[in-house]
Amino acid sequence: MLIGKPPEIPSSVITPKAQYLNRHLNRRSFLRRAAGTAAAAGVTALGLDRTAELVAPSLRAHADTKLETIKSPLTTTGEELTSLGDITHYNNFYEFGVQKDQPAKNAGALPTRPWTIKVDGLVKKPLTFDIDTLLKLRPLDDRVYRHRCVEAWSMVIPWVGYSLSEFINQCEPLSKAKYVQFISYFNFKVEGWAGQAHIDWPYKEGLRMDEAMNPLALLTFGLYGEVLPNQDGAPVRVVLPWKYGFKSAKSIVGVRFLDHEPNTTWNEMAPDEYGFYSNVNPNVDHPRWSQKTERRIGQPLFSARRTTLMFNGYQDQVASLYTGMNLKKDF
Amino acid sequence: MKRSILIPLKVFTWLACLVPLARLVWGYATNTLGPDPTATIAFTTGSTTLNLLTITLVITPVRKLIPQLNWLIRFRRLLGLFAFFYGTVHLLTYVALYAGFDVPTMIDDVTKRRFIIAGVAAWLLLLPLALTSTNWAIRKLGGKNWNRLHKLVYLAIVCGVIHYWWQVKPGVLAPMSITIIVSVVLLARPLIYLFQKRRAPAVKQA
Repeated sequence: MLIGKPPEIPSSVITPKAQYLNRHLNRRSFLRRAAGTAAAAGVTALGLDRTAELVAPSLRAHADTKLETIKSPLTTTGEELTSLGDITHYNNFYEFGVQKDQPAKNAGALPTRPWTIKVDGLVKKPLTFDIDTLLKLRPLDDRVYRHRCVEAWSMVIPWVGYSLSEFINQCEPLSKAKYVQFISYFNFKVEGWAGQAHIDWPYKEGLRMDEAMNPLALLTFGLYGEVLPNQDGAPVRVVLPWKYGFKSAKSIVGVRFLDHEPNTTWNEMAPDEYGFYSNVNPNVDHPRWSQKTERRIGQPLFSARRTTLMFNGYQDQVASLYTGMNLKKDF
Repeated sequence: MKRSILIPLKVFTWLACLVPLARLVWGYATNTLGPDPTATIAFTTGSTTLNLLTITLVITPVRKLIPQLNWLIRFRRLLGLFAFFYGTVHLLTYVALYAGFDVPTMIDDVTKRRFIIAGVAAWLLLLPLALTSTNWAIRKLGGKNWNRLHKLVYLAIVCGVIHYWWQVKPGVLAPMSITIIVSVVLLARPLIYLFQKRRAPAVKQA
């Protein structure tokens, strides 16, 4: 089966290890000096509160825990990375509030240890995986992926994880399992802000089995070489770069294998807006806005919008999953 | 109301109305508008428009309940025009930053996306109110016709609230608080009218 060759990475563009490992230290020490100067000048120049959050990340439970990663041929090249500050302060995580700046403020409440993923449904036998076991299951890849939200903004994020297929093989699904469903953590006592949205919690997402087994689908444990910040879906999530961001469920506690299409939260809320597949597709408009273009987060205010790419630019690797399907109907 | 109090109050109101704009300009200059400055500007200008419109609609009920505050009417035009100003900046944010001045995109949006239709309708309803806000226009139209025309503000604010509901994701309840406030403010008029009519039916209403 032709999935497509991963791009060759010339050794000249590989970041030297010392520089790569020290990039956060370099950025943090620069920010501390800049913050000091700004404070001395009495001007909140570049968002002193955001700088302080990066320097003293009280909200990131196991943050700053470095993860040992290896370079992956499946990483995306030729894109400028979105800053850590933007990735950790612009989040749709409605359990912690519906405004984009709320998860950074509130997700400290998320208890990331102890943490297990319970596997059930059409599997050889139900299993429970501890998060620390999952972290050691396979070597962790450093994978840069584009991230395209259905709201027509996008980022480029250096995730850390391994292919979801590796995890699924451990689950030993039966041959009649055609779909997999992901259940996210939900506890109203911890996530009281969830009342701001009239949603039937917990958050549920799902994939067809062949989509889940595609090497691009990433069981994700970190970003920028460190453990996931809580607001980005700690301690474990999936990342599906060819689909709209809401398909990439966060803070997963349950994985279920089924023989029919599973319920997914946004599809339940508005089936005419959020389809089961929700592949990034500039030719299929969202009912309330066009999907032809997107705003790249972190660009200056008057930058031109970008053209949205079919399958978010991952056409070579995933188009074959959908041959023969009417993507306007099965959106 | 003495001019010596009125003028400082008006200056204060002018400055207060300019604060949201000043914060956006400062945010742009210091790059503190957040990761998505386009959305920040759209949200700030939109909510300021709705808030100012609501304040203008509170003035008459308050005057009827507390006649000593009759002078508040002198602030209604100022607040209304600032509401129109922020509404216009909000519209320009869409035109420049979301649509990129691309006419086919805008035609597409205005014909197909209902939240944009509601928003444009709200702005179009406010436009004649802004244009007839001058003393000259009030004299030309005559008090009765002018008042009739300016009742369009009720429809405009309702379109604005609907625009907000249709813009957020299904299930998100963020527009609820402004909806409740606007509903109370709009209901206040008929309620006060009925209440005052019953108490003093022979007295002509101001």
